[in-house]
Amino acid sequence: MSLLWLRFALGCYFIGLVYAFVALTRTSDLFSRIALHAASLGMVFHFVSLAELFLSGQVVWASVHNGESLLAFLSMTFFMVIYAIYQTTSPGVVVFPIVFFLTFVGAVDQQPVLLTTFVSHKGWLIAHIILIFTGYAALVLSFGASLLYLLQERRLKAKKPTSLISFLPALEVIDQIGYRSLLLGFPFMTLGLITGSIVALTTYGRMDFLDPKILLSLLMWAVYMVMVFTRWNSGWRGRRAAFLATFAFVAALAAWAANYFSTIHRFAAS
Amino acid sequence: MRFQLIGVNHKSAPLEVRERLAIPESRLPDTCRDLNAYPGIEEGMVISTCNRVEIVAHTANGHADLRGFLHEHFHLKPEELDAHLYEYREKDAVRHLFRVASSLDSMVVGEAQILGQVKEAYATARAIGAVRGQLDQLFSRAFAVAKRVRSETAVGSSSVSIASVAVELAKKIFGTLEGKTVFIVGAGKMSELAARHLMAHGCASIFVANRTYERAIGLAQRFNGQAIKFDDLYSSCDRADIVITSTGSPHAIFRREHGEQFLSRRKNRPMFFIDIAVPRDVSPEMGKLDGIFTYDIDDLQQAVSSHVADRRQEAELAEAIITSEVERFEARLQTLDVVPTIVSLQDHLETIRQAEIDRVRGRMGNLTPEQEMAVEALTRGIISKVMHTPITTLKTAAKESEATTVVDVVRRLFNLRDKDKEAAQQDKKNEVGTRQ
Repeated sequence: MSLLWLRFALGCYFIGLVYAFVALTRTSDLFSRIALHAASLGMVFHFVSLAELFLSGQVVWASVHNGESLLAFLSMTFFMVIYAIYQTTSPGVVVFPIVFFLTFVGAVDQQPVLLTTFVSHKGWLIAHIILIFTGYAALVLSFGASLLYLLQERRLKAKKPTSLISFLPALEVIDQIGYRSLLLGFPFMTLGLITGSIVALTTYGRMDFLDPKILLSLLMWAVYMVMVFTRWNSGWRGRRAAFLATFAFVAALAAWAANYFSTIHRFAAS
Repeated sequence: MRFQLIGVNHKSAPLEVRERLAIPESRLPDTCRDLNAYPGIEEGMVISTCNRVEIVAHTANGHADLRGFLHEHFHLKPEELDAHLYEYREKDAVRHLFRVASSLDSMVVGEAQILGQVKEAYATARAIGAVRGQLDQLFSRAFAVAKRVRSETAVGSSSVSIASVAVELAKKIFGTLEGKTVFIVGAGKMSELAARHLMAHGCASIFVANRTYERAIGLAQRFNGQAIKFDDLYSSCDRADIVITSTGSPHAIFRREHGEQFLSRRKNRPMFFIDIAVPRDVSPEMGKLDGIFTYDIDDLQQAVSSHVADRRQEAELAEAIITSEVERFEARLQTLDVVPTIVSLQDHLETIRQAEIDRVRGRMGNLTPEQEMAVEALTRGIISKVMHTPITTLKTAAKESEATTVVDVVRRLFNLRDKDKEAAQQDKKNEVGTRQ
C-alpha cells in the first residue's frame, strides 16, 4: 500500500516537474497555483505513504529507497516553509525536478536495498538519517536558490523590459532563501555526521577515514563549511556562491553514490 | 513656412552618440549664437536634453545645411553622425516639434518634464535674440498645443515616469525598500524626483553629494538627509544601496575600481546605480561587476516601454490633435506671411494703373510709341515710388511679432481680399459654433 501512495504522490510531483520547465520560459500565475496545489496533495500522499510504512512495522530505516523517499519529503517541506514565508513558488524550478527524481527512484524499484551490517544502536541510526537528510534537503534548497540567483542576476543585467515581469522573486529574497537554508542545514549536516560517526564507532569500534563514504562526506561537509564561511565573512553570492553550492551539491551526490562502494556503509539487496 | 529641424533622439541614436552631441546648459547660448551666424539661418535654437539634441531653425530659403553645422560644431565626421540623424522640413518640422513639446516623442510618453526643458531652451534662445518672428510664433503655438494635449487626453496622467520604473527595478533587486539607503550624486530635478519616489516606498535615509556643497545641503534638508562633501563621495558611497547619479561630468565618475572598493566594503551586498546623466556617470565596465546593477537612461527606457502599450490609445488621440493643430498653424502662418499681401497689393495697384491709362488714352488720341513708353514709365514710376515704403514696412514687420497687425492694416486700407483668410475665419466661426 505504501508504494501505491508514493506513486500517487509521484503523479502530483509530476505536475510540479512540468511547472518547473514551463516557469523557465513564461510566467503564469494560474499554473504556479496549480503546481502548488498538486505539490501539497503530493505531500499528503507522500506523508501517508511514509506513515503507513512506519506504522506497519516494516520500516527499514537503512533502505536506500525509503531514504530517498524521506529526503524528497523533507525537501518538499522546506519548499513549503519557504512558500509560507516568501510567497514564492520559484524555488520549485529546482526543487521539483530533484524531488520528482528521488520519489521516482523510491516508487519504481520494489526491491529495497539495505545496510548489510548489523547496527546495534538503532536510535542513533534514526537520528543520523533524519539529521543528515534534513541537511541534504537544506543543501538542495540552497543549491536551487543559488541557481535562481544567477538566473535573476542575468535577467537584471540583461536589462530587458521583461526583467520587470519575471516570475522570479527579488534578488535579495532569493539570496535570503539560499543563505537561510544554508545556515539551517549546516548544524543538521554537522550533527548528522557526528551521529553517523557514533554509529560507525559503536558498530565497528573504529573509523576508517579512507573509506570513500567517509572521505566524501567529510569533503561535502568541508565545502559546506567554506560556503557558510565565505558568505558570513565576505558575503560571497552570485557566481562564486553558485559555484561553491554546485560543488557542495556534487560532493553530496558523490557521498550518496559512495553507498555503493563503501565497505562500512554498504547497502545490499535484502 | 521655411522651418527646418534636425536632430537625434533616444530612438534614432544610441547613448554613445547622444553623449557626444549633448550640450551643457552653460554652453547653450554660445551654440545658439554659432547657429544663428551660420549661412542661411534666419532664426535658430537648440534643444538639448538627455534624450535628444535638436536644432530648430527658420531659414532663408528652406534649404540651409544644418547637417553641415552639426558636423562643424561638434567636430564629427558625416559617417559617424548622419546615420542617426533625422531631418524634417516645413509642415513635418512643425509636427515634430509639436510632438516633442506634447511629450509624444518622449522616452516615457506623457512625461511632463520635456515641456519644461523645451521652454527653458526657448527662453535661453530668446534671451540672446535668436528667436524673434516665425520661430517665436512656432514655439508659442507648440506650448499651447502641449497644454491642449495634456488637458484633452489622458496621455500625461498616471504617467509612468523614470522615477517609478527606478522604484520597480530597485524592488526587483532588494525585494523591499524598507530601510534602504539612497545616495543622490549631483542635485538635479530628475534625481530629486526619483529619490522622492524611493523614499515614498520605504527607503530610510538619504545622502546628497554635489559639486556645490550648498546645493547638497539644500536638497538634503528637504529630505531630512545628510549632505556629503563631493571629495568624500568615494569613501561614503558604499553606505548606499541605491545611488542616483546625474552630474554634468564629461567623464564617468564611477569606474570599475570604485565598484570593487564599494563591494568589498559592503561585503558584496548588491548596489543599484540609476545613472540618469548624459554623458554617463557610471562606466559600463563597472556595471559588469557581480553585485553592481547599473541602469542608464536608455535601459530605463527599455524598462518603461513595456508600460507604454496601455497608453497607446490616448497617444492616438493626441496625434489627432497634433494633426489638426499643424494644419491650423499652417493656415495661420499663411496669413502671417507678408508675400501674398505684397503681391495682391501690387496687383491691386497695377489694375488701377491699367484702368486709368485706358481711361485717358481715348482723350489723348493716338500716341507715338515713344510717348506710349513715356506714359508707361511715368505711371509705373509713381506706383513703385508710392509702394516702396509700404513694402519695406511689410518686409520688416514680417520679422517681428506684430506682423499680423501690419498685414491686417494694409489689407484693410487697400481693401485687399484674401480667400484663404476668409476660409480660415469661417472655420473659426464654425468651431465656436460647435463648442457652444
